Amino acid sequence: MAQKIRVLIAKPGLDGHDRGAKVIARALRDAGMEVIYTGIRQTPEQIVNAAIQEDVNVVGLSSLSGAHNNLFSKVVKLLREKGGDDILVLGGGIIPTDDIQGLKEAGVREIFPPGTSTDDIIRYIEKNVKAS
Amino acid sequence: MAKDVQKEFDRWQKTTLNKAISKAAERESSFKTTSDIELKRLYTPLDIGGLDYCDDLGFPGEVPFTRGAQPTMYRGRLWTMRQYAGFATPEETNRRYKYLLENGQTGLSVAFDLPTQIGYDSDHPLSDGEVGKVGVAIDTLKDMEILFDGIPLDKVSTSMTINSTAAVLLAMYIAVAEKQGVKSEALQGTIQNDILKEYSARGTYIYPPAESMRIVTDIFAFCKERVPRWNTISISGYHMREAGCTAVQEVAFTLADGIAYVEAAVLAGLDVDSFASRLAFFFCCHNTFIEEIAKFRAARRLWAKIMRERFKAKKDESCVLRFHTQTAGCSLTAQQPDNNIVRVAFQALAAVLGGTQSLHTNSKDEAYALPTEDSVRLALRTQQLIAYESGVADIIDPFGGSYTVEALTDEIEKKSMEYINKIEAIGGAIKAIQAGFIQAEIAESAYRYQKEIETKKRIIVGLNQFQMEEEPFRNIHRVKPELEQYQKEKLTNIKKGRDNAKVKEALSFLKIAAQGTDNLMVPMLEAVRVYATLGEISDTLREVFGEYKER
Repeated sequence: MAQKIRVLIAKPGLDGHDRGAKVIARALRDAGMEVIYTGIRQTPEQIVNAAIQEDVNVVGLSSLSGAHNNLFSKVVKLLREKGGDDILVLGGGIIPTDDIQGLKEAGVREIFPPGTSTDDIIRYIEKNVKAS
Repeated sequence: MAKDVQKEFDRWQKTTLNKAISKAAERESSFKTTSDIELKRLYTPLDIGGLDYCDDLGFPGEVPFTRGAQPTMYRGRLWTMRQYAGFATPEETNRRYKYLLENGQTGLSVAFDLPTQIGYDSDHPLSDGEVGKVGVAIDTLKDMEILFDGIPLDKVSTSMTINSTAAVLLAMYIAVAEKQGVKSEALQGTIQNDILKEYSARGTYIYPPAESMRIVTDIFAFCKERVPRWNTISISGYHMREAGCTAVQEVAFTLADGIAYVEAAVLAGLDVDSFASRLAFFFCCHNTFIEEIAKFRAARRLWAKIMRERFKAKKDESCVLRFHTQTAGCSLTAQQPDNNIVRVAFQALAAVLGGTQSLHTNSKDEAYALPTEDSVRLALRTQQLIAYESGVADIIDPFGGSYTVEALTDEIEKKSMEYINKIEAIGGAIKAIQAGFIQAEIAESAYRYQKEIETKKRIIVGLNQFQMEEEPFRNIHRVKPELEQYQKEKLTNIKKGRDNAKVKEALSFLKIAAQGTDNLMVPMLEAVRVYATLGEISDTLREVFGEYKER
């Protein structure tokens, strides 16, 4: 039997809006994945440490405070430094269209804007993570 | 008469209705509100047979306030049009305030950035990237002086969305007023100061619950003497609704928090009639029009009963639930953003029909960023259209007596009370939050709502039906990244220019007060006057109170 896909859902920065993060955590869990939710107000360092420690395949970042450019890129950079470059980093929240390209260039693989169905996210993860 | 209606109703069902249904079934087998209230096909006098007009509805401005908080409602004065605004630096936000006031806005509403809300200065490592993003950055009294420059504080009422650092910002507001020559007794406005919903939904807590509640009651006591026209708290359901709860849960969780605040204040030795009239509330107005109107009426009636029966309030004004409304941010879609204009208009109309005292209408572009000046103006115009053109402001509680609205008002009140009793059984709102009960209930409703959208049980126009190909939406408000550096430099200069010995002394007095039982507002006011920073003041309290960690 294939191992379950492991996902860390994280809230970087000071933003407390975690409705989306919680809904997605639960949807992924219902889809059979192992999901860890960090809770709010995490630093990029805390998130990366948790991702490495928990040996996750995916890190899902959520921010609605406008600090995504800083914080998401920092998470990707730290992950690379700590040997987590194979971890798929995804983002969501209130992200202006014009920021998406820059975030992708920084190494966030996909951004899921408001209105994305949880099924689309599940399918994306299943397609892009090969559970070993 | 009731008997005849029953007979006629039965006859109608058996004949006319049955004939129609046998030809074509209804759209759904059952229709439900967001609160899972099963809606009848038709409401008739039979549904409000138990209603006692004088006891249950009464008259506006009198207990139980079902029909309105004030005797003349909008015939006397329209609701306050209050757009929540703040971004970047105090300089930029000051310009936006003047723009809004020039366009006919009647009250200010300050949005602070997250570092300000959580007690960090702009130069704190955790503030990195967050300065000026969701609101204006305030580090010292200097920033508040700039924020209200040219705005006479004796003429305008100001609402501040600030919670764990509410005492600091209120102290700064009082100090700015002093500099303008305005006495604190003349100040009008509101601080949100509702820490309980921060634990359950919004997330900007600092200290543990008991210490936070002490700050809240210190503010009540201080304002009673020194800022008597100030609303000392805005007990908020808005953020819990935005986090996903239903209309009934919104009423229940908010009033349960309200009960906890009144209990804390009474326990701190305050007489209920000395502070209760300064309690204000804040609700969301979501899509389901009729349910929302009924929700506001039910909340008013239920709060009046709680204050009268449970807390034995003697004065009528202690029993009145006055509230601010904001349209539902979570209902805005990134898809076809122009549709949001229409959503907001319906929500705003429901809030007015529900008798709100003030209103914020969201802007169409807020699923992308903070709103542009143009979209905020349109949102404000939406309120002005309702106020001046629709005619709904000319009659008090025009939906009162509607079979449907009265039946739903009853139902929402009943279901909310059942929820409050559940919370009471856990030991009250604080215990229910500590046990994670309220958070879990909110998350459950949020998940259910999302599933309803994904299975198309709930249609959101432009999102899961009537979609179309769209050009990316690009005309959005941008907060310039340079501002963070500017704000940090300003802070460095203030720290250089102030009398640091005085700051140290003021902070040590604050610490002593925190360790004892003296009212914290007094030393806090001294500290802001000598330009102690928000971060320094918050750190002083962190040393004594510790910090809350989410379960």
